[in-house]
Parts: sequence; C-alpha cells; structure tokens
Amino acid sequence: MLTIKNLKVKVEGKEILKGINLEVKKGETHAIMGPNGSGKSTLAAVLAGRNYMEITEGEVYFNNENLLMLKPEERAQKGLFLGFQYPIEIPGVTMINFLKTSLNEIRKAQNLEPLNAVDFLKFIKEKKELVPFGFELTGRHVNEGFSGGEKKKNEVFQMLVLNPTLAILDEIDSGLDIDALKVVANAINNFKNDENAVILITHYQRLLNYVIPDFVHIFYDGKIIKSGDKTLAFELEEKGYDWIKESVSS
Amino acid sequence: MEDKDTIKNITEQEYKFGFVSNIDTEYFPRGINEEIIKEISKKKEEPEFMLDFRLKAFNKWKTMKMPQWANLKIPDIDYQNIIYYAAPKNKPTSLNDIDPEILRTFEKLGIPLDEQKQLLGVAVDAVLDSVSVKTTFKETLANLGIIFCSISEAIKSYPDLVKKYLGSVVPISDNFFAALNSAVFSDGSFVYIPKGVRCPIELSTYFRINAYNTGQFERTLIIADENSYVSYLEGCTAPMRDENQLHAAVVELIALPGAEIKYSTVQNWYPGDKNGNGGIFNFVTKRGICYENAKISWTQVETGSAITWKYPSCILRGDNSVGEFYSIAVTKNYQQADTGTKMIHIGKNTRSRIVSKGISAGYSNNTYRGLVKIMKGAENARNYTQCDSLLIGDKCGAHTFPYIEIENPTAIAEHEATTSKINEDQLFYCNQRGIKTEDAIALIISGYVKEVINKLPMEFAIEAQKLLQITLDSSIG
Repeated sequence: MLTIKNLKVKVEGKEILKGINLEVKKGETHAIMGPNGSGKSTLAAVLAGRNYMEITEGEVYFNNENLLMLKPEERAQKGLFLGFQYPIEIPGVTMINFLKTSLNEIRKAQNLEPLNAVDFLKFIKEKKELVPFGFELTGRHVNEGFSGGEKKKNEVFQMLVLNPTLAILDEIDSGLDIDALKVVANAINNFKNDENAVILITHYQRLLNYVIPDFVHIFYDGKIIKSGDKTLAFELEEKGYDWIKESVSS
Repeated sequence: MEDKDTIKNITEQEYKFGFVSNIDTEYFPRGINEEIIKEISKKKEEPEFMLDFRLKAFNKWKTMKMPQWANLKIPDIDYQNIIYYAAPKNKPTSLNDIDPEILRTFEKLGIPLDEQKQLLGVAVDAVLDSVSVKTTFKETLANLGIIFCSISEAIKSYPDLVKKYLGSVVPISDNFFAALNSAVFSDGSFVYIPKGVRCPIELSTYFRINAYNTGQFERTLIIADENSYVSYLEGCTAPMRDENQLHAAVVELIALPGAEIKYSTVQNWYPGDKNGNGGIFNFVTKRGICYENAKISWTQVETGSAITWKYPSCILRGDNSVGEFYSIAVTKNYQQADTGTKMIHIGKNTRSRIVSKGISAGYSNNTYRGLVKIMKGAENARNYTQCDSLLIGDKCGAHTFPYIEIENPTAIAEHEATTSKINEDQLFYCNQRGIKTEDAIALIISGYVKEVINKLPMEFAIEAQKLLQITLDSSIG
C-alpha cells in the first residue's frame, strides 16, 4: 500500500530525514517510535503533503501511485488520512459542515454521490457512539475551545467517518488521560480491518498496550535504526532512548 | 498625478465612443456652476422648489471641503472636469469590449447572456419577458396604493411628498458629497408605502436589470407610512461597470410610527484592476429616521469599488424604535473601504444592533468606523456592537474605530471586537480532509459571514454567498 524508498527531506536547509525506507501492507499496523526531533512528525507531514520542506531524494508510492506528485487534497481523496499532533481550530465553521464537506469531496473523487444532510446525519450517528464526547460535537466549531483530549478524540472520530485506507496518527496519544486513551484506542481498533493500514507515531509504549502493532520501527536522527515486532516497544520502554543512542554510536 | 489622469481618461471616454442611443444624444459641458444646475432642473422639467433645493445645495457645497478624516487615500478629484448631466451613457457595442475578468465572474454567477449584456450596458433589443414582469408587478403595487417610481417622476407627480421629505433626513448641508448630490442628482428611486400596508414583494429584485445606469449621483427616498412594511433591495451581485469614476449617492429612509424598512445592498462596482488602477470611488450617504415603534434595518454586502466611504445610519427619534446595521465589507488587491454606521438614540427605550464583518485580502485596507450616540433623553437605550475582522494574507490591514458617546446614565452599550486570520495551518487542515484551498476559503468565509448573510432576503443571500466566494477565490496563493 505504502512504499517509501530512501526518502531524504530538508527543512530550512537542514536535513531532517536521511534516507527512510518503509513498506506498509494492507491489514498492517506500524508503530514509529523515537525521541523528540528524530524526524517522526516530519515524515507524517511530508506524506500528507505539507509544502514547507524540500524533498531532496527518494520516492513514495501509495497504492502504486507516485504520492509526492499529488496535492494534499488529492492524497486525502485517495484515502490518506493524517491525525494531527496539534489539531487546528477553525472558528465559525461547524463540525457538521466541515465533515460533510470533507466526506462529500472524498466521495466525489471516488465517483460516489454526495450525501445529503439527512443521510449524512444517519451515517455519522453510529460513529459518534464509538467516540463519546461530553457535548454535542456536530454543532461546535472545528476544534474551537476543545481541550487537548477532545481534539485528539475529534481526530479519530473524523478518521472513522472518512474511512481512509491509510491512517497516519501523529502522537494521537499525547496529552490523553487513561479514559480518553481507551476511547482513542478503541476507535482505532474499530477502524482497523484487512483492507486498510495504520501508522502510529508515538513516544510511549502506553498506547501499544491497547492497539497492538505488527511492526515497531525506531527513529533516530532521521533514520529508522531498528525494526521489530511489538516486543521492541517493551524493550525500548524498559531501556529508554539512551539505549538506542548507545547502540547507534557503538 | 496618475490618479488624476485616470479620472480624466475615464471621463473622456464619453467623447471617444459618442452616443449610440438615437433618443437623446445630448450632453452638457464639463464642470459645475449655477447655469448647469438650472439646465439640469429645466431639462428634467422640475417644479420651482426643486431648483431652489439644488441651488441652495450648490451654494453650500461651494463652501465645503472634501472630508479628510476617513482612513482612506483619496486622489484629488477635479470637480470641474466631470459631466454632470449626460444621459444616456455611452454603451459598449459588444461583449468583446468588456474586461474578460468580469465576463468570467458572470459565468461563475450563472447569469444569462442577455442579462449580462443589459447589466453591462451593452446595447440589446428589449427583453420582452422582463418588461412584462415589470408591468405585472407595477399593477400589483398600484392596487395597494404603493408608489414605486423614479425620483424624477415623483418630483413631478408627487411634489408634496417629495417637498416634505427630501433632505429631511440628510440635509443638503450634511456633508460635502451629500451637498454635491443634492445639487446635481440625476435620478434614483422613490417609494411610498401607505398606512398599514405590507409591501408584498422585495422591491427592486424584479427590476434589477432596469436599475442599471441610474447615474453617478443617485438619489433614493423611501417613505414608510404608519405601521407599514417594505423590504428594498439595491444593487446586484453581478459586477457593475460604469465609466463614471466618482459616485456620490444619497439614500433617505423615513419610517413613520410603527413602520419597518429593511434596506439591503449588494455593492459590486468595478474595483479597479489587480494593480489598483481605475475603479469606482463610492461616497455614499445613507440615513434613516425612525419614529415611535418604528424599525430600520440596513444590511450591506460591499465587495466592489476602489474606495468605499459609507455609513448607513439610523436616527432613533421615536420611543421604542429600533435600528440595525449588518455589514460585510470585503477588500482585496488595493481596494480601500471605510465603512460603518451611526446609531443616534434620541427616544426612550430605543435599541440598536451593529454586526460588522470585515474581510481584507491582498494589499487592501478595511476600516470599520461606527458611532453610537445616546442622547440625554434616551432613557434605557441599548446598543450592542459586534465588530469582527478577518485577514487573508499578511499585507492587508483591518482597522476599527468605534466611537461611543453616552449622555444618559441608564443606557447600556456593549462592544465586542475580534480579529482573526485565515492561516496556512487552517487551509492545510482542510486540504488534508480532501477540501481544496478554494473551497476551504469559501467554507471559512461562509461560517464567518453567516450571521449577516442570514439577514438578506433568501435569493439575494445565496447570490451574495456565491459572490463572496468568487471575490476571494484568487486571494490566497
């Protein structure tokens, strides 16, 4: 589904990604872990199509299509979803209007009829039950006045509604209390199936107790320096990032 | 100097094309003096009182200076180089003569070809449909005793009403542009709604084609007699092209006890090109007076003109009267707008509400200027003002000048203001959800202006929404 070959990226002249190789297949869940500044979020941003960085080398294929040639909205329409580390507030725009526009743009790109307001409300009803909020979400403005946890829940809620083929969740677990973490994990598990894939970017092993990854990759200094199965996450949690740094330098 | 030349060029175009109309090929020499004013009045076969009105205004105007307090850069205007009476205007002979940018906007708005031509003033055969529509509605209105005609016709047919009310809300000495308008106004609309009558249609929607070319000094007078109601629409969402660079209109509303007037405007005059050359200078004086229990509501969507100077106001003279002002002002490229309102509370328990939404893009400057004045006798007067600015890009400006003067201790005035910016992060967030930048801007803008758009009559609201989207489409990189 996603193939990243020797991807090198500079931000403001500084090389942040120094040759990333990664293969994600249908039905898989990958966890990317690593210390701050190792390039995890840059990878998420470059896959989603942010334009502040310079791609100096490498290729990315998404369902056999050259991903780097597509505009951000085209990537989204073809099924790539990014759960933001810091979700953006859009005052004046209601969630229902935002999500309906979003869903219908994606449906349009897939040659599906747009949903009208009534069908849309029916469609999101069951998704709302999976991600409970303490307030009526749809009438609220996009992320405006949401707590950190509510914003993260809103990201996975949107993921469930838009049903992408690849969901990249950038630190979806940061700033969540245990209840919210369970809600988010539950939503991800509900989303996962044999036809889609999830990339979880995280600092901590905590989330991985609830969402079991098939692969764990450790990022350090713009590279994947170690890959393994879920046990690698435990090892990392136990030994800390210094262990990685040492093993790199030795 | 360059700006002065622009005005000159534009006024000179009248020579270039000459008149194509075979009815009236006459125009006056350039400049303004007593003789010209007498000629205008004579040409229009006006009664004596009208000529007096014009001359008084002219004499007052001569002593006045162009106002400089607005947050605008206004190039020098040579008032002796303007033709004050020239009807009909020169007409482009085909759509090929029109700025292709304007034609694209028409297409996006979905305006039929014949109507495009009429709006642009391209000579066409009369569209029979619209003529018959017009006749039908005229009959409906006449049966209710409603008078809706040109101000020229009203001066001749209803001189008593005109004499009583013209200049009663905006006196000839009110300001420089109002005085000029009073001296030389060419035409405009007149409305009278009799006691207790509710006008069944939105006045002027059905007439918008014919509203073209009412001239650069337009004069409107609307009188709603006791307990009557009228909703009046001015302007058009389609871009309005006019060879006159200077526009100075005056609108007066009179809401007698218990009456309600709703006045909606969409202003989309030519704003000039992307580099700020050309475009209309729009200096408008709009004011209404409310007697007891009366209500006046101004709603405006201002997207056009190179310079907009406009403050639709309410004098809340009667007890329990209500004034409202809902505004969306959009500026882009090098446009400048200084707009807002005045709410003058005189009567007891008077209430006013101001909602102003400014949107600036490009290198433009957008200013809200408002005055809430609560006089000594205005017991329990209430005002609520909400004044929001939205910036697109970082080269534009938004300014707010709220003036509040309260002379009665029981009064309450509330003011809320916000400034926000459409930023890259918001657009990217939308992009990542499959929404392209153009639609993302439309989504954000429509959320922002919703409160004002909702005040417009329905059909107009849909068009206005579309207009805003089109206007701002190209504003973000």
